Order: sequence, then C-alpha cells, then structure tokens
Amino acid sequence: MSSKSKAVASRISEQYRREPRFVMTWKRLRTNVGAIIGLVILLILILAMLYSFIFVSYEDITKMNGKHKYEPPSAEHPFGTDEMGRDLFKRCLYGTRYSIAIAFGAVGFGLIIGVFFGSISGYFGGWVDQLIMRLTDILTSIPGTLLGMVIVTILGARLINLLIAVGVSCIGGFIRLSRASVLTVRSNEYVESARAIGMSEFRIIFTQVLPNSISPLIVSATARMGTSVLAAAGLSFLGFGVAVPLPEWGALISGSRNFLTYAPHLCYFPGLCIMALAFACALLGDGLRDALDPKLNK
Amino acid sequence: MSNDIENKTAVAAAEEKDDEVILEVKDLVVQYVVKKQVVEAVNGISFQLKKGKAIGLVGETGAGKTTTALALLNLVPDPPGIIKSGKITVCGNDMLSLGPAQLEKIRGKDISMIFQDPMTSLNPVMSVGEQIAESVRLHENVGKHEAIQRAMEMLELVGIPGERAIDYPHQFSGGMKQRVVIAIALACNPRILIADEPTTALDVTIQAQVLSMMNDLKVKFNTALVMITHDLGVVAQMCDEVVVMYAGSICEQGTADEIFYNPRHEYTKGLMRSIPTAANNGQRLEPITGTPIDLLNMPKGCPFAPRCENAMKVCLTQRPEKMIINDDHHATCWMNVKLGVEDGSISLEKAPAEGGETHE
Repeated sequence: MSSKSKAVASRISEQYRREPRFVMTWKRLRTNVGAIIGLVILLILILAMLYSFIFVSYEDITKMNGKHKYEPPSAEHPFGTDEMGRDLFKRCLYGTRYSIAIAFGAVGFGLIIGVFFGSISGYFGGWVDQLIMRLTDILTSIPGTLLGMVIVTILGARLINLLIAVGVSCIGGFIRLSRASVLTVRSNEYVESARAIGMSEFRIIFTQVLPNSISPLIVSATARMGTSVLAAAGLSFLGFGVAVPLPEWGALISGSRNFLTYAPHLCYFPGLCIMALAFACALLGDGLRDALDPKLNK
Repeated sequence: MSNDIENKTAVAAAEEKDDEVILEVKDLVVQYVVKKQVVEAVNGISFQLKKGKAIGLVGETGAGKTTTALALLNLVPDPPGIIKSGKITVCGNDMLSLGPAQLEKIRGKDISMIFQDPMTSLNPVMSVGEQIAESVRLHENVGKHEAIQRAMEMLELVGIPGERAIDYPHQFSGGMKQRVVIAIALACNPRILIADEPTTALDVTIQAQVLSMMNDLKVKFNTALVMITHDLGVVAQMCDEVVVMYAGSICEQGTADEIFYNPRHEYTKGLMRSIPTAANNGQRLEPITGTPIDLLNMPKGCPFAPRCENAMKVCLTQRPEKMIINDDHHATCWMNVKLGVEDGSISLEKAPAEGGETHE
C-alpha cells in the first residue's frame, strides 16, 4: 500500500482508539429527542436524590406537626402534608434513593442472572436448555409477591434484600426473553462463520450473539423498572420491605390510600414520581435501543 | 504493506513441496438423525487436494455439498448431524479427533470458509474493520491498533478502500459484502479456503469480478480452494479437479478437462446438456427431469436411476461401484460397463454382474 493509504490507515485506527463504542453510542443517542427527555428527567431525579442526601435529614421527614395535617400543596409545602403533618415534598425527595435503587438494582440483578442463563439455554440447547427452562417454569409458577415475601423472610427485611426479592421475580421473564432472541440469532450465518474462523463458543456468545439480541432486552428491562418500583411498594406495604417510617414511594402511596377521598394529593405526588421514573427509563431505553442498532443510524 | 504478507507466503511456500497434499478426505459418512430416522447426507466420499490447487464440488441442492464443507471444519451442526465415520486430514491434523481448543486454532488459520449468503454472513452490529480484525486477533498475537491496520490492508486487497473499515455491513452492496466475507476468511492467510457457493447470491457482473478476484488471491497466496457450486461455468473457470455429487455420494470425479470433455456418468452428461452453450444456441435446453431423490428412501440400485433416461435393468437393482476410467478420472455408472462390452474392451465372461471395470 502507498504511504498515503498508510496515513489513512493510521488515521482510522486512531479513530477506533479515540472513539470506543460508548462514545459512538452517545453521539447517536444525542440526536434522539425522546432519549434526551428521558435522560433529563432521570438526571433531575438523580440530582434530587443527591440533594436529599445532603440537605434532607431523617428528622426533616419524620417531624410530625398536628396542626398541619392533610394540607393541600402550598408555597410552604409544595406537595402538601400527610396524615401526621409531615412534609410530603421532603419525604418524596428522601424516597428517591430507595426507588432508584430498586428500579436499577432489582432490574439489573434480574437482567444479569436472566441473560446469563437465558443465553446459555438458547445457545447450547439440548439438555442444558431443558434443565434451565424447566427450572424457569418452576420459578415463574410462584407468584412474584409470594416469592418476594419468602426471600425477604429468609434474608431479613433490609433494602438490599428487598432488591434481591424484586429482582428474582423478574429473572424468569428475562431468561425466556433472552433465550428466545438468542435462538433466533444463533442460527444466523455470521455465527457459523465466526466458528469457521476459529472463534471460541464463549467469545461467540459475547461478540456475536449478545450484541445482536440485546434490543428486546433493553426495552423489556426499562419497562420492568416501573413495575419493579410498584412490586417493591407492594412488599413494603405488607411489611416485607423498607420499614414503615421510611418514605419509599410505593409505601407512600399504599400508606395514603385510606385518605384518597379527602387528601388525594398524598397519592398523586408519589404516583407522579414513580410515573416520571418509569417514563424516563422507557424513553431512555427506546433511544438506547435505536442508538445501539447501526442500521438505524443515518 | 501487503509485501509482508507476500514475503511470509513466499517463505512458507519454499518450505513445502508444491505437490504436498494438504487436505485429504477418506470415506466420509455424515448422517442427520431426525425423529429417529437416519438420513445419510454424505455417504462415503473421498478426495484429495494439493497445495495451491482448486477442487470443485458440484451437485444439486441437497447433494451433500455444504454438509461436506462443514465436515471439513468439523462444524456439522450436532444435533442433528453426526460424522459417522471417515477421516479428514487438514495440513496433517486429524480434524475428527482433535478437541475444541485445537480445532479453534486450525479453523481460520489453516482452513477457512466463505459462506453462501454474504447478506447474512456478516455481523450487523460490528463494523467490517472490526470483524476482519477479530479474525486476525484470534490467530495472531497483535494489538488492536495493528489488527485494524491489517484489516484495512485486507480490504484494499479485495478492492475496497481501506477508509471504509469503519462502516457497517448494511452500508455495503452485496458484491462488496462478499468481498468483505472473503477478506475475513483470508485475513490469516489460510492454506485452504472453502467457498460455499460464493457467487450464488450475486448478479452476473459482480460474480465475474468476485471470481477473478478469488483467482488472483489464490495465485498470490498459493491457497488451495474447495469450490462448492452448482454452476458448471464457475467450475470450468476456477477448478483443476471436479467432484460431481449426487444424493450424498460421488458419482464422478476427475480433472476438469476429463469431466467437461469426457463425462462418463449419465448425471454429469445431463448437467452438461442442461446448460446453455454456444453449441446449442437457439435450441431448447434439456433439463434433467424429476426431483432429487428422497434421502430417507434410498433405492437399492443407482440413486440416479429413477431420473436417468438411459437407465438399464441393472441400474435399478444394483448400486454401481467406483469404476476407473483412467488415472485422472473415475465414475460410478453402469453405462461404462455397457460401453466396454459394446466396443469389446470387456468380455462378459471375465466381467461378472458386479461390473466389468470395477477395480475397487
């Protein structure tokens, strides 16, 4: 090759070094309006969480005030006050950490385990597939809430255990979904041709199969984040989760449902918070899927 | 920079004798077991390939060509496929007895394969440069930077500007994708290249380009080529030797000249009649009637007999064995015995019903 094309070669390989995959993904993500909206909402929630770490103390959210019960939103209390006169805004702020931890932690936990077993099951097939799928059947046949209660009872009622409990109940779905998409990808000719150039099975799964089967998983995982927050709320309500005075968003809703008729704001605001989180995750997930698919790139 | 590659090839070539046999297949039997029924997709085929030569596997859909190719890499999908018996030697390695780690070293380095459809044989989420570099990095201890540069050299070699290494497969046309696939297969300079219908998915002008490029590369790197195709024109252009397959077994095998000018199996003759040539210009083509045989219900006699115009009684009852026409040519067709008897070169007393010219 001539010296000119050599220069081009080093320029391009330089570009590879400077621009790892996530930089390229970010460049594509930036052009997607929906994804940016989702990212902004998520960023606001994360900032709120950081703010609450520094400026909202445990005393702030547990301080009762008998004179100001069930107050509607006002300048002093932007989200109003609850049945014990506690400031709902501060409680929601404080609760952000639990909900974000549950949304990302539980789904992340379920996703890692689910994709691991699902892709093994789909890729290798045979008795491995049979074994994993039958165990998945057993897992999904147990109602999520019941399973969560059992896990929390065994491990103890702490946030991390609540997270595991919620995560376990979404493993089944992720196993099935990743198995299905791996099944369609593994029969592609490029997987066979990767074998023909001497790639190991393990490497094929990570470089050929998973990157091509990830789209439905991203969408499903982001959709699952919203339901995870609600599932955690259900467990909290039953007493198997974050302990009562702590303002986990789901717990806030279930705690206020008795006052729905005369203090509806107690349900609205935590509900809006959950919705914002779920909405942001879904938008971001959608954008991420598009950004990871080179075919949709202009 | 392609000088490096050329030098390496020159050194490697000097170390070996020119007529070294680098691929040997002996009595290969591959079966597919579907719902407890056994299909013999490949039934006892044998051939040899010498360094730098090209062999063509010809036959209809379902003749066992692709299965043979996959068996050469020990990549027959299992289940349902199993390599029942036989021996495959690639550059001195017995492919059927090696473990997965050793096989991974041989695949891509000593023997590589180009797949049928360039549209689906590239990973859609990886840039083509990365995919070629991947092949380099699997077999050579080079850094990512260097591998990408090698990838770009390979692209230039197959006639694609190196700058396009950062592009993704969907940004290439079919012919260019096939070139990329070839670049991936050739990235580690394998000694044997299997091309499974490399031009089937391409239109005719691109076909010619890809074929002539493959021919150039074959000469340049002294790569031996296993060409799988149902296009006799491609075989005539590329191959030194031809193996004609029907229903999983070899029906005729010989040098390209012998096969084209002196076909001795009714099936080969039928194939020749069914392609348009300058000689039969303006006339109707004569297709081979009927459909390929159902491998689940193989007849007792010659598998081609039900479709053969000249089938004799013996064809339906007894399977012909390999008959040697000359040193470079053999066929499994009873017509050779008939011809021999007619021109007096075989007498029926000497030749019992098993077949006159049968030596093996």
